[in-house]
Amino acid sequence: MKSQISLAFEKCKRENRPALLTYTVAGDNSKKKSLEILKSISQYADIVEIGFPFNAPTADGPQIQNSTYRALKNGFKLKDAFQIVKNYKKSRNAKPCILMGYYQMVYSYGENKFVKKCKQAGVNGLIIVDLPWPDNKKFAKLCRKNSITFVQLISPTTSKERMKKIIRDSHDLNYLISMLSTTGGKLKVSPKRILKNYFKIKRINKSKNMVIGFGITNKTIGSFKKADGLVVGSALCKGISDSIKNRQNPVIKLNKMVKVLKNKII
Amino acid sequence: MKVKKGIPLIDQHDKNGFYGGKFGGNYVAETLKKPIDDLSKLFDKCRKDKKFLKERDDLYENYVGSPTRFFKLQNLTDHLGGAQIYAKMVSDANGGAHKIYNAITHAMLCKKAKKKYICTDTGAGYNGKMFSMVAKKFGLGCKVFMGTRDIERQKPNCDAIRKNGAEIVPVTSGSRTLVDAVSECIRYWVSNCDKVHMGIGSLVGPNIFVKICGWSTAQISRELKVQLEDEFGEIPNKLKLINCVGGGSSAYGFWSEFFDYNKKHIELIGVEAGGPKNSKLHAAPLSKNSKIGILHGAAAYCVQDNDGQISETESCSSGLDYPSCSPIHCFLKDVGRARYTVATDEEAFSAYKLVTELEEISPSLEPAHSFAEAIKIAPKLDESNIIVVNSCGDSLKDRDIIKKRLGNYIR
Ligand SMILES: Cc1ncc(COP(=O)(O)O)c(C=O)c1O
Repeated sequence: MKSQISLAFEKCKRENRPALLTYTVAGDNSKKKSLEILKSISQYADIVEIGFPFNAPTADGPQIQNSTYRALKNGFKLKDAFQIVKNYKKSRNAKPCILMGYYQMVYSYGENKFVKKCKQAGVNGLIIVDLPWPDNKKFAKLCRKNSITFVQLISPTTSKERMKKIIRDSHDLNYLISMLSTTGGKLKVSPKRILKNYFKIKRINKSKNMVIGFGITNKTIGSFKKADGLVVGSALCKGISDSIKNRQNPVIKLNKMVKVLKNKII
Repeated sequence: MKVKKGIPLIDQHDKNGFYGGKFGGNYVAETLKKPIDDLSKLFDKCRKDKKFLKERDDLYENYVGSPTRFFKLQNLTDHLGGAQIYAKMVSDANGGAHKIYNAITHAMLCKKAKKKYICTDTGAGYNGKMFSMVAKKFGLGCKVFMGTRDIERQKPNCDAIRKNGAEIVPVTSGSRTLVDAVSECIRYWVSNCDKVHMGIGSLVGPNIFVKICGWSTAQISRELKVQLEDEFGEIPNKLKLINCVGGGSSAYGFWSEFFDYNKKHIELIGVEAGGPKNSKLHAAPLSKNSKIGILHGAAAYCVQDNDGQISETESCSSGLDYPSCSPIHCFLKDVGRARYTVATDEEAFSAYKLVTELEEISPSLEPAHSFAEAIKIAPKLDESNIIVVNSCGDSLKDRDIIKKRLGNYIR
């Protein structure tokens, strides 16, 4: 059976466009608001990534850190992430959903219990930033057993040999980090070069979907239309920060932002 | 699970970098897999290279100044009236602490990797200071990540870092201490690993950093072993080696020659920061039985809340103010080879006071924790027991804190 994630990509391919993946942090700026944001942006997003906050993140840039600390300050607990997904999945526009975070949260909760909770809540995929291949083999298997896509990351530093092995062991979706950067960095490599690398990697196994993330904003997204999917995270987290600063409603602001992003790739 | 004899402890990990099957590892972002792999290969090559070793030994001898002194604290011994107390004055090392050993190795590896920039974290400022010194010596650009709380409380070391031409990058996230400095330093490396070499300031982080650090500080116990034999004609048969533990780099260095001895013969005692007496906060994951957590690339006992978030810590000594600890010390705790305990802020200050009143030495607040333990146990032991305390830092950096707390600071 095809996963909901794969089906979402198929739909986008039929529409001749890349999938739009959003990233927001669960509990930012409150549990209620983060759920409202998800529901609202799902009008345009194809897949939603939801970060579960951890207070010692080693690969997040300042924007996502701000969201993380905001959520934690507002009393966020891991169980809230599952609750948010569960409620989100009941909503009308619900899209496939990928939880993303750091291994400490999974480890502390217990791998089995974590995956079971994800399944119950309706999580479709998982990204664990600091659980790279091959250390993730066992956990990836556990995810597969529970029909959850474990998303593998590939970076500009990943060697060809390693890529082949990662892709061989991957499920239906991989994630290419566009450049050497934490999240939210300015795109320091030209889209052309990123895409060239992207297609080289795609050739290893064309049947697996691969999205590009890091440094993608409404300014750059239009240049990546040929990819299977594109992830926008920090720009949206910054949108929430800005709307709080300007006393605007982040739900409306994010809805507008995601609409703009979508329009640039259709 | 036990310590294997005849093999350096840093090398007793499995192929995934775990000690005892569960401590350590390499929990890093994909981007860092390759730089870590490159660094591991380079280090493996260099540690077998006679030229590399000779260069290192020359630096230890002529630049660090080896051996650092070892002598008896006669007045303290007489005052406490029990075990004989000795000090290994690692604070004699150039720069004033053990952090110089690790910094030298990293600067040498950075050069070998043909990188022009080096970055590191610091809490007490000593590690940052040592990296700034070697960066200057080796002609490397240097960034030091430091929490703003530590920048405020460790001014003398910050001044030294800047004077050496390194840049201090203030870290304002979280508790604004060492834990956040390390996170930020790793994040910086993620973005700049093609040009910049990273050194972690203690026996923590992904496996290779644990190994490089332990391999470097091991110099301390090589010296100590010779000094013990000179002083006693043999290794004394009731010996206790007391060392403070933040990440655990000085403790590893102090003990590394002695793991193979029976613990009744040579007892290894690690002292963590218990924080203020009436505070719930502490920085003592080993002694206070914290759960295992994943922080900064490794699995280790770590102060955390029920939800898995890393907890805030508190200690008067910036160098010990860290929620986790080395995978190696977790292993040593679990196999029972070392014993870990705490000293509170109050105990550290009174130990500092007593030691500086009686002796011509002036340990910083980190080793003051070790002296606190020595002061606790010495009176209960007879003079056939030899206690050696690693006085691994100089108090100058804590001038302001000591003045505020004890009313004056005399040197
Ligand atoms: C003087 C001194 N002692 C001890 C420590 C604690 O570190 P470690 O446990 O790695 O020796 C530090 C750390 O900054 C220090 O500066």
